[in-house]
Formats: sequence, C-alpha cells, structure tokens
Amino acid sequence: MKLRDLFLLPAGLWFVVFVLLPLIIVGIVSFATRGTYGGIEWSWTIANYVRAFSPTYLGIFAESFRLALITTGICLVLGVMVSWSMATSSTRLRQLYLMAIVLPFLTNLVIRIYAIRLFVGADGPLQAGLTLLGIPFDAFALTQNKWLVLYGMVTTYLPFMVLPLYGAFEKFDFSLVEAAQDLGADVWKILFTVILPNLKKALWAGSLLVFIPSLGEYVIPDLLGGAKNMLYGNLITEQFLKARDWPFGAALSVLMMVLLLVLALVFRMWEARRARD
Amino acid sequence: MPAIERSRPQAPRLAKIVLWVTLLLLHTPILVMILGALIEKTPDSWSWTLRWFSEVVNDQALMDALQNSVLVGVTASLLSTVIGTSAAVGLHRSAGGWRWAVEGLSVVSLVFPEIVFALSLLSLFFILQFELGLTTVVIAHVSFSISYVMMTVGARLATMDRSLEDAARDLGATEWQTYRSVVFPLLVPSIIGGGALSFLLSFDDFLITYFVNGVGQDTLPVKLYTAMKLGVSPKLNALSSLMFVMTLLALIFFFRSSAFRVFFEARGKHESKSEKENP
Repeated sequence: MKLRDLFLLPAGLWFVVFVLLPLIIVGIVSFATRGTYGGIEWSWTIANYVRAFSPTYLGIFAESFRLALITTGICLVLGVMVSWSMATSSTRLRQLYLMAIVLPFLTNLVIRIYAIRLFVGADGPLQAGLTLLGIPFDAFALTQNKWLVLYGMVTTYLPFMVLPLYGAFEKFDFSLVEAAQDLGADVWKILFTVILPNLKKALWAGSLLVFIPSLGEYVIPDLLGGAKNMLYGNLITEQFLKARDWPFGAALSVLMMVLLLVLALVFRMWEARRARD
Repeated sequence: MPAIERSRPQAPRLAKIVLWVTLLLLHTPILVMILGALIEKTPDSWSWTLRWFSEVVNDQALMDALQNSVLVGVTASLLSTVIGTSAAVGLHRSAGGWRWAVEGLSVVSLVFPEIVFALSLLSLFFILQFELGLTTVVIAHVSFSISYVMMTVGARLATMDRSLEDAARDLGATEWQTYRSVVFPLLVPSIIGGGALSFLLSFDDFLITYFVNGVGQDTLPVKLYTAMKLGVSPKLNALSSLMFVMTLLALIFFFRSSAFRVFFEARGKHESKSEKENP
C-alpha cells in the first residue's frame, strides 16, 4: 500500500461507517415493522411502502413537491435578475453585493427564522405598521402561514441559485450582448435569446441546489407554517421523533432519496447528451 | 485586472430594482432583530440598553449550551480538518484504488438532504446502541464537514505548482519528506480555511444536532429553537444577535481563505470541478 492510499484511509473508513452504513440501515429498517411501543421489530414487510403510497401521504408529498417547485421557480427568476445586475456592476460593488448575498445565508437558519417571526409577530414592525395605517388584520394569521414559509424558503435557498448564476455571468462574454444591441435586439430579447441559453448549465445546477433541500425542508415549515402546513420533511421527522414509527419514516425517506437520485440521473444524462451534441 | 476587463452593458433597471428589493428582504429581519436587542421598551417610551445582553451572559443554561456548541465545534472541526486534509492529499493526482469510493461517498454526504442524513445517523446510533450525547453530535458534524475540508484543500492542491514536488523528489526526498516539507506547508492557509469552515458549519447546525444530541445537552441553535417555540423576547434577540456576531467573526477567516466559494461549488459539484479563481 502506498503512502497516498494510507492518507485516504481515515476518510474512507469514516464515510463507510457514518455515511454508507447508515443509509444501508435506513434501507433495511424501511422493510421492518414498528414495535408495539415504538422502535423496530425485525419482521419483514412492504406495508410501509404501501402506506406511503396512500392518498393522505401522496397528498403531503404533492404539496411539498409543489412548494419546492414554486420556491425553485421564484429563486430562478430572482436569481437571474440579481446575478445579472450584480455582474454588470462595478468590480467594487460586485464584491459588496456578493457579501450581502452570502452573509444572511451563512447566518444560522434558526436565527434567521427567529428574526422573521419577530418581524411579523405581535409586537413586530409589520403589525405595528399595519395598525398605524389602519389596515385590519388577523394578528395570528400573520405569524404563521404558507406565504411566510415561502418567504423563508426563498430567502434561505436564493444564494444557492445566485452563486452558480453569478459565476456563469462572470465568465459570460458580454460582447455578445453588445453585438445583439447593435443588431437592434431589445433587452428582453437579449435575455432570452443571448444570455439565458448560455447560462443553461448554471440554471440547472442552481435549480437542483434549491430544489433538493427544499423538498426535505423541516425547520422552515415547522416554525413559520404552523400546524396547518404538514410537509414531507415534517412527516418524516414526526415518524422518527414523535410517532416513533421508524420503519415508516425510513420508507418515506427511501422514497425521497430514490426520487432525488432519479432527478440527478436525468440531469446527468441530459448533461452528457448535451456534451455530445 | 481592470485593464483586461471588457465593458459590460448594464442590466435593465428592473433587474437592479429586483436586486435591491431582494437585499432588503434578506436583511431587514436581522436588522430589526439586532435593534430589538438594543432597545428597552416601557409602555410610553423606549431607550437604548445593553441589559438583554447581560441577561444572556448571566443565563447559566444558555452559557452551558454555548459551551457545548464551542466544544463540539472545536472537536468536530479539528477531527474533520485532519481527516479531510489527509483525504485531499491522498486523492491528489492519484488514480484508481480507493479513489472513486472516497470521492463518491464525499459527494453523497454533500448532496443528500440534511434530514435523510440526520435520521440515518440516528438509526445507526440506535442499532449500534450508542448513547446519544455530545459524542454522537461530534460524529455527525465530522461526517458532514469532511467533504468541505476536502474541497477547500483539494482546490489549493489543484492549483499548486507540480514542479515543487518533482524538485523535492529529484533531490532525493522520500514521499513522506516531500509531503512534510513541501506539500503541507503550502497547504496551511487552505487547511485553516477548511477548519474555520467546518467550525462554522458545526456551530450553525441545527437539524442534524436536533436528531442526534442527548437529553439536556443542547447546543446553542437547539436551545434557541426550543426557546423560540415559546415565543420571542428581547433576551432571545440578544442571544441571536450574539450568535450572528460569532458567525461574522468566523466569516472573516472564511472570506479570507476564499473557502466560501468552495462551499457553494462543493454543493454544485456536478456542475464544474475546475473552477479558476476570479480576481
């Protein structure tokens, strides 16, 4: 064994024991049965998967999928606009904008959500402002609703969209834009026929980076959505931490992994095909 | 290199407006929170105060949580820095063997949804009958940090001048001597960057910690989450503001080492691997 392979050993062992093995265990547990008092009983069944495909849970899944799609869509539109105007600013401003985008992202998620709750809460600026303007509102409905969840999701995942796009804009040859301008194209035509086709890869990468964590999100809907908004991530968490039905929770997460894997494979194949063309 | 920079036609005004509105949406709640921590309100007036901060500092439970967070952060980042650096060096210009396995699993640990990561570790600890506590939290944090260190150090290795290593070998250095006297010293900044990054990741992690920590051994984010369930208060504002400042401090290391680029590129690894540094 060469010294170089020896260097790989600790990471290899760590990954096998604490990344690969746990995933295998989840796979196995998903075929087990819930014990009478929670926990796991080792009698094999596919009941967990059958149950996961029942209308209730499919509904929750569809809702999460929809939220993840909407989040990705909003991030996509905002991300293009934001990174476009960032990339065309002066070099100095560019660094500042970049920091301004990254800073809230690196701030702890729980803190950011706390700040949002403070903002919309009973003594918060939003409710104070509405009172001042004489606009009637339901104090409780303002603090927990699906719009807040969406706001939380978009502000959390936007950097994942902006950074790849910004990177692509940085490398983009803007003389193409000048050429299009000279030929009389308006700004939107330039965006859709010159710029976006050249950013395809970054658009896809950003979309996946937003979509994948959005689909499994737990903290944001939990803290900003109230009890009304059960999403897939919350469902899985409840199975593990509250209902103590680990096998069912495991089956749900296996299904999520399979879906994401399929998405990643499709992306890969699409990329490979594009590389060949 | 402003001289080479080509002119860039301005984005339309709408895009500029969107940028500013977005920045406003991102930053306003945090600003309001910090203000809230600095204000003392009575029914008919308000004044500036540092009282809430002193209440936080004098809260034993919060200080215990902070201690846990720092303890976990330091242990986890030390471990993941050593393991990750070693792996990055091992992967450097090697082919075959272990390489694909280590690289593949590192990508898995990067792109899998946090929640799957969290509950799979919980299942592992349950089956191995590990007692949940700070040790299991450290193990979890190391597991998700190694890949980031590998990326940070790996990025430096990729841009390193190969002739330095070759020169050392030509002069008769053994493989170990080459690493010790040539490769590692050149890597020090990126190793520090990777370490700071993994400390930040560990210090900020909520979800995974929430799953695998022991009863009564909360880290700061977990404590904050529990307290937040009960409502908002000036004291919590102060605590959050303090944590925000700590993140900011870690950021200083982080931006200097340009590790933050790696952070995003690591997650978008399938996008591109040979990223050139932009000035």
